[in-house]
Amino acid sequence: MTVSEVHTNRLAPEAPRKPLLAVRDLEVQYRRRRTDPVLRASDVVSLEVFPGETVGVVGESGSGKSTIAKAALGLAPVHSGSIHLAGRDITHLGPRGRRDLSRVLQVVFQDPNASLNPYLTVERSLAEPLEAHGLRGPELHRRVAEALDRVGLPPESSGRYPAQFSGGQKQRVAIARALIVDPQLVICDEAVSALDLSIQAQILNLLVEQQRGKQLSYLFISHDIEVVRYISDRIYVLYLGQVMETGPAGAVTGNPAHPYTQELLDSAPVADPRVQRRRREEEARRKAAQVTAPADTRPPTHGCPFAPRCPYVLDVCLAQRPPLMPTQEGGLVACHRFPEWKTLRDAPQGVAP
Amino acid sequence: MTLTASPPPRPARWPLVRALLRQPVAVVTLAFLLLVVVASLFAPQIAPYTADAFDLPARLSGPTARHLLGTDELGRDMLSRLLYGGSKALLGIVEAVLTAVLVALPVGILAGYVGGRFDRAVSFVTDLVLAIPAIILVLVVLTVFPGNMHAAMIAFGLLVAPGFARIIRGVTLPLQEADFVSAARVAGVSEGRIMARHILPGVTRTAIVQASFVAANALLFAVALGFLGLTANPGEPEWGQIVAAAAHQISTQPWLLVPSGGLIALMALSLMLFGNALRDAAAEVGSAAGTGSGAAAVALPAPAVADVVRPVAPDALLSVRDLSVVFTGRGQDTLVVDRVGFDVRAGETVGLVGESGAGKSITALAVLRLLARGGRITSGQVFFEGQDVARLDDRAFDRLRGSALGLISQEPLASLDPAFSIGSQLGELVGLHDRVSGKANRERCLELLRQVQMRQPERVLQSYPHELSGGMAQRVAIAMALAGRPKLLIADEPTTALDVTVQKEILGLLRQLQRETGMAVLIVTHNLGVVADICDRVIVLYAGQVFEDAGVLNLFDRPLNPYTLGLIGANPAHAQPGQLLPVIPGRVPPPGSWPVSCRFAPRCAFAAPQCTAGPVPLLQPVSGHYSRCVRTDELFLNAAPGADHPLPLSPARPGHQEAS
Amino acid sequence: MLRILGHRLLLSVPLLIFVTALTFFLVSLTPGDPAVVILGQNRAPAEYQQLREQLGLLKPVPVQYAGWVSTLAHGSLGTSIFNGESVVTQLSARLGVTLSLVTLTALVSALIGVSLGIASALRQGALARSVDVLSLLGIILPNFWVALVLVAIFAVRLHWLPAVGYVNPSTSLSGWARSLVLPVVVLAAPAVGLIAQQTRNAMLDVLDRPFIRTLKAGGVSHRSLIYRHALRNAGVPVVTVIGLVFIALLGGTIIAENVFALPGLGGLAVDATGRHDLPVIQGIVLYFTVIVVVVNLLIDLLYAWLNPRIRVS
Repeated sequence: MTVSEVHTNRLAPEAPRKPLLAVRDLEVQYRRRRTDPVLRASDVVSLEVFPGETVGVVGESGSGKSTIAKAALGLAPVHSGSIHLAGRDITHLGPRGRRDLSRVLQVVFQDPNASLNPYLTVERSLAEPLEAHGLRGPELHRRVAEALDRVGLPPESSGRYPAQFSGGQKQRVAIARALIVDPQLVICDEAVSALDLSIQAQILNLLVEQQRGKQLSYLFISHDIEVVRYISDRIYVLYLGQVMETGPAGAVTGNPAHPYTQELLDSAPVADPRVQRRRREEEARRKAAQVTAPADTRPPTHGCPFAPRCPYVLDVCLAQRPPLMPTQEGGLVACHRFPEWKTLRDAPQGVAP
Repeated sequence: MTLTASPPPRPARWPLVRALLRQPVAVVTLAFLLLVVVASLFAPQIAPYTADAFDLPARLSGPTARHLLGTDELGRDMLSRLLYGGSKALLGIVEAVLTAVLVALPVGILAGYVGGRFDRAVSFVTDLVLAIPAIILVLVVLTVFPGNMHAAMIAFGLLVAPGFARIIRGVTLPLQEADFVSAARVAGVSEGRIMARHILPGVTRTAIVQASFVAANALLFAVALGFLGLTANPGEPEWGQIVAAAAHQISTQPWLLVPSGGLIALMALSLMLFGNALRDAAAEVGSAAGTGSGAAAVALPAPAVADVVRPVAPDALLSVRDLSVVFTGRGQDTLVVDRVGFDVRAGETVGLVGESGAGKSITALAVLRLLARGGRITSGQVFFEGQDVARLDDRAFDRLRGSALGLISQEPLASLDPAFSIGSQLGELVGLHDRVSGKANRERCLELLRQVQMRQPERVLQSYPHELSGGMAQRVAIAMALAGRPKLLIADEPTTALDVTVQKEILGLLRQLQRETGMAVLIVTHNLGVVADICDRVIVLYAGQVFEDAGVLNLFDRPLNPYTLGLIGANPAHAQPGQLLPVIPGRVPPPGSWPVSCRFAPRCAFAAPQCTAGPVPLLQPVSGHYSRCVRTDELFLNAAPGADHPLPLSPARPGHQEAS
Repeated sequence: MLRILGHRLLLSVPLLIFVTALTFFLVSLTPGDPAVVILGQNRAPAEYQQLREQLGLLKPVPVQYAGWVSTLAHGSLGTSIFNGESVVTQLSARLGVTLSLVTLTALVSALIGVSLGIASALRQGALARSVDVLSLLGIILPNFWVALVLVAIFAVRLHWLPAVGYVNPSTSLSGWARSLVLPVVVLAAPAVGLIAQQTRNAMLDVLDRPFIRTLKAGGVSHRSLIYRHALRNAGVPVVTVIGLVFIALLGGTIIAENVFALPGLGGLAVDATGRHDLPVIQGIVLYFTVIVVVVNLLIDLLYAWLNPRIRVS
């Protein structure tokens, strides 16, 4: 069952059927040197983004979440699989195609300091995407001023250099640049990860605000599951290049179907000391005195990539890669032991997995 | 909502040229070089004598009125000869530099841009060429083209080009991979435009800087060849030959060496200094300093209002009072930590929380007296077990470090010495503290590794840091900190660089170690979740000051400070999806721009006139709970019963005034 | 270890081929008749013809090169056009002088430069600035001019040291040492500056790194921090610059031996160039290249010792 089928079954009948971004069975490989073994940064990943929605992609280092973004943006070569945007195949697009695409697809990167050329004024950085489409003169200036206003920066900002702004302000400029062409999909690659907590909240609000009244979708990539939960309609959970679970944000984070998602949620500490204490007590009860294996960055060649770390692992998990199966909440999960691992988890003390 | 500081004034056009002209060195050297060029080109017009004019009676004289730089053995005027010789020297420089630039620029840019096999091939050839001293190959050229300076200088340019190309490539590559170039590609900008707008300017700057260094070397090379008689005839007014002629007169008139060598040296010096100045100007433009945005620094805290008196706690392990830290940079002193005080009791975990620029890391490092270059403690006391360690001399404090105080840092892999094995580093610390070696040392190392729950400790001992994962490296770092059995472990953002699942393990490990050893932990973090998980007590820092200090339960249940309230509220974990996050507008004021009154007032939802009237003291409104806010009573303590939080922050809309 | 040796030797073959082939290629570029260029205009036709045959100038360049390589395999580098002696004999006699000059200079520069670099990294202030000044002076002052100035002062004026000439160490060790003092100083001056600067930068860079702070927090002594940990990590850039300096010093011998009349390879190179003595020049190029190969080998071994990543992988 594909994600879109699941999605449309769940949604109201008037929801559009066709996804804006459709990634199918994406494989991206890389290796540092000719002598190194090939790493599958993205290992047969499928995902979809529909118009007007925010899709979150969460995972830790090595999960391949950024790789999907890079592949869609043409910044990483695709080994196999396909990527379609607004119905068009963009998997191996040349420079001319990318120019047309830039009206529809834009990006905001993680590091605000690296996103802007330090030797160009804000105005010139913002003007660049418009100039690429032939816009000049007073109309260009008007659009630049409008973009600055949209992200809450004063008009004088246009004449300044990036070095004169703070990290949060620079990220606003980066967002302004992404939105200036009125795209349909913006890929946010760890767009708030480098920002302080209070600034992060401002930027998240800004992103959400920009969606109002427009058919604007985000593909929001982050390692922080709380942020992803807050901003996304649907979530994909990645581990070592594969999709572990996907579904509506509330369902995935409220009632996770995959042990890895559960571990992610358990690991991220919550700003409430009582809740943390309760969690620790539950976990002490639940877990045998085992030490979790150090994260192995080399995916096993077959079987579930999470198997070496999974508390509920069986032989079949090591031998066979689990297929994506539907969950009750309208999502998908790749786990041989779903749903019984959840029962094991809540089992009374002393029951071995 | 009030306005944050507006952006500084608009910089002028042509920032690079202006930055260059601001440097006196650049102006002087440029003027000198122009002078030499003009003088050489117009030598026949301006030289007082011709190059060959004899004046035998005045031969071998020092500087006189008629011969400003003296005369050589045939009475020829040195000044004139040097002027006439200038054009040959300049020609040699131009030939070499042009050749080098014409080869190096395209090759270097292409290598950085295209990469792959071409890049590797270029690198291979570069290694070959750089392996041989250029002069010997140029001698071969001169054997084939005798006396031909042009051939020699072009050959020199070709031999210098690969090294030059490598530098150009070194500049092109990071530009090519920069996010702003990727963004431009995504925006559909053509490669040609990208090259012209983003890559070439940076390359050109570097190229000019390097070209001036190449020019200096080319000049010295050219005159050396002339000196050896390989590119000039005796009697020719070539600079190298002039020095050679002066060599013959070394016993009779050593002065002759001065104008000849001096001019060459001055030319070379000017070229080198000009290149340096250009490099400095470019660096200045690329950073904030170049735009004149440096705010006036606040040198010292304004005392005026006293914080609540906190006597040094007798039972505290660590007691910090009135700690201030100043950093000196570019001639300015900037206050970064402003009279911070807190206690850590034995076995307790205390969290120093704040955003970037709050001064939390610096506070922790100041306790250890490990401040970065330029930082120093300007006031305050650091009492450890009753003794003010800030006053101890270096050697005495060195003994404390490691044995009573330990440190783990943010980047675990960078915290280990890459050149030594884990066993070697750990063993050194064990040997230092336990004074054992050999087998006993190794046993203790293994014991430490087991204590940090390391699997296969024997294998880890033999490994090098680059072979470990982030989590493993942090465990090793903790083991190293434990080697001295410290009473207080200072953890500076220990899990920020780690995956969240690894973070959980490390925090759990720290908690377990505390149970086992009874040591106290001072943890610096920006993550409130970490604080809630592991801390007993929390100190909230903002703009170099303590804003709140309370037990962890009290801090989260009933914060008594609007900043803390805002931080807790800004956490997406608390938010309702679909609603906007309650937001603190504006941004943290950077050190050097701190107002004397409440530093949070410009961003505070509850700011009132009394907040900006004067300095705000740290008070103790509730026993054991400190807060720096003049409105604590009305906002928090007398709030309506049953309300979780007073006056919930309203979600703010991004507008001009709230840009951060 | 063997792997490193093998790797370097493998890389050296292209280097040797490249350099020697380059010289042959350059010769082939001679405008006009090389024989006339070499011997001058007014000679008997038979002499030109004899030279042409001797140098193999009638054959195509690759054949000439192959011929040269095969004679090389027999241990010969041809004979000098100037005096008819075997090139190998001449060069081998002079090799010792150049090697002793270069090695001595390299050792002195490395020792002084590294010490100066460490000291200026630790002490900053005036010492650091003087290192910068020394480095700059070393670059901009023409080495032949510095040599002359030193000769003017120490030989001509003070008579402390000989102005020119070389004394064989077997004849008199002190004489040998005295004859090398000025040449070594002239060559070492810029080298010391460069090495000191690079060492200082490398040390400062390492001292800023987080692991230094970790070790210091662990209680490691200042001495161990600097001389064991920091120095080891700063080693690679320092060794790199010493290697580059060595190569530059080889080139510098050409000037130094000329000014101080030392009977080494460099001095012969200038004379041979002036006399268009191709076989001698080609021989010197080869000798220089071999020296460079050996030095690079030593540096590779040093790298491996310093950097565990190279050793272990």
